Amino acid sequence: MTVSATTATPTTGEEICLSLENVSISYGGEEAVRNVYCAIPRGQVTAFIGPSGCGKSTVLRALNRMNDLIDNCTLSGRVVFDGADLYHPGVDPVEVRRRIGMVFQQPNPFPKSIYENIAFGARINGYTGDMDELVERSLRQAAVWDECKDKLNESGCSLSGGQQQRLCIARTIAIQPEVILMDEPCSALDPISTLKIEETMHELKKTFTIVIVTHNMQQAVRVSDRTAFFNAEAQEGGSGKVGYLVEFNETDKIFNSPTQQATYDYVSGRFG
Amino acid sequence: MPIDPNDLYRLRRRPPSEKQLDTGFHWLTVLTASTVAIVLVLILAIVFHGSLESMGLYGWRFLVTSNWNPVDDEYGALTAIYGTMVTSLVSLLIAVPLGVGTAIFITERFIPRPLREMIGLMVELLAAIPSVVLGLWAIFVLEPALRPFLTWLHFTFKDIPLFSTQPLGPGMTPAILVLVVMILPIITAISRDSLNQVPIRLRQAAYGVGSTQWSAILHVILPASISGIVGGVMLALGRAMGETMAVTMIIGNSNNFSWSLLAPGNTIAAMLANQFGEADGSQVSSLMYAAFVLILLTLVVNILAQLIVKRLSLKY
Ligand SMILES: Nc1ncnc2c1ncn2[C@@H]1O[C@H](COP(=O)(O)OP(=O)(O)OP(=O)(O)O)[C@@H](O)[C@H]1O
Ligand SMILES: [Mg+2]
Repeated sequence: MTVSATTATPTTGEEICLSLENVSISYGGEEAVRNVYCAIPRGQVTAFIGPSGCGKSTVLRALNRMNDLIDNCTLSGRVVFDGADLYHPGVDPVEVRRRIGMVFQQPNPFPKSIYENIAFGARINGYTGDMDELVERSLRQAAVWDECKDKLNESGCSLSGGQQQRLCIARTIAIQPEVILMDEPCSALDPISTLKIEETMHELKKTFTIVIVTHNMQQAVRVSDRTAFFNAEAQEGGSGKVGYLVEFNETDKIFNSPTQQATYDYVSGRFG
Repeated sequence: MPIDPNDLYRLRRRPPSEKQLDTGFHWLTVLTASTVAIVLVLILAIVFHGSLESMGLYGWRFLVTSNWNPVDDEYGALTAIYGTMVTSLVSLLIAVPLGVGTAIFITERFIPRPLREMIGLMVELLAAIPSVVLGLWAIFVLEPALRPFLTWLHFTFKDIPLFSTQPLGPGMTPAILVLVVMILPIITAISRDSLNQVPIRLRQAAYGVGSTQWSAILHVILPASISGIVGGVMLALGRAMGETMAVTMIIGNSNNFSWSLLAPGNTIAAMLANQFGEADGSQVSSLMYAAFVLILLTLVVNILAQLIVKRLSLKY
């Protein structure tokens, strides 16, 4: 099988929010993902699926310049957001991250109080409204208010792993970004909290664009409008595997009538 | 062939010797850990015992008079106590911002990695210079180079007690600067290590909500590493208070009390080094008394620092 670069243009009439144009990302010269073309529509949930290590998190981090924090990470190609290249030298990565928020694979609350976890981000983004109200609303939206309401002054790290993750989601909602990137936000959650988060996502996509990485096929089917399937294969002459985008389409099509054999194998559970 | 369950899980049973090894190791750690405490208590007790005679003779007067006169058997350590406090605190005042600033600069992606590593290496090399060499450098290079500036300082700010004497060679200011050079690598190296230990996910959290580099450093990264940094500063302070060789070479070893930073002075450590050899009678006891004061000073500062750290630090 050759490394295919599937160009996926959404059906006409949809507005493109973020698009990856021939994006390749390497860590210290070692290519991790190659030639990704992908246009993410506004106001929808897009899911990234694929086997472990195929570069889903890497691509996701490229969307809000989080990869800048990794010393040896380089990107080629263009990531276009609102018509402008995010990697243009004149673009301030701080502003990018204020407009494109992120929930990470591992919960990472600040070692500050639960209240301050929400308030810190809101404050540095210039929020001037009623902070108490914002904290409560964000925690409610992230389905963690009931567990937190009596201990807003306790450390965010005193929560359980799943509660911490929902706190991180609340923190991201509170900064009111235009896009929310979620890297397996439910991997540490029980089914009930997962459902709550999914409901939240349905609610959120009215105002936000969401990109979610998930290993849970049912979740992708439940929450997403479009799905991108990534895969990794051994590089000719190279040591490691290189990830690439196999297929990007409406979720429905990916799961019911994929055009690529690899996609079919993966979604039907016949993969490696 | 039937499998005997006892056979299959043979490895689960731990031989008695292994358990004894565990117990032995436990007691070994108890022993090594308590050795530190015992040595500390013994030192305190011996120094205290040695200073009893002088304490009886001079009492509190020892701490507030500056008459150090072996001929008349009159001893007061104010000059040395003041010198110790001033040289160590002022050198910290200069070295902490410089050292922590350098550490932030070389950990937080302001400059490319090779440059950062080079600066880090140079700072560490600074720590490898023996203090006697630094003392020589201070006498022959630093002090002469500094004197015009200090003279200007004196004539401009004559009315402030800290600059009220004319600089005439060795004195407290060059001693302070030598101390800065000596403790800077400690502060920088330890601050850099504690900044590097802040987990990447915490940085991601800060930048992920749209922090600028400065707010991430100020509100998340520094608070998360403050306990390590303060630990380094405390080590540096201990070094500054106890440093003997370089200081005694450049401070002037004068027991005449003066508020002025430009005047020659003394520190407890320098005084001990200079006088213990030929001391007798109540002079030995007075030196012990001074040493006891030095230990107490470091202890008090350490406890204060712990309290500060408790209030500032973020636990992750
Ligand atoms: N910080 C890094 N430094 C070097 N290589 C990295 C780094 N992060 C990821 N990689 C490499 O990039 C490739 C893709 O990793 P990535 O984390 O994007 O995978 P993933 O699809 O998110 O996997 P998972 O589903 O397990 O989270 C892997 O081969 C990994 O070894
Ligand atoms: Mg991942």
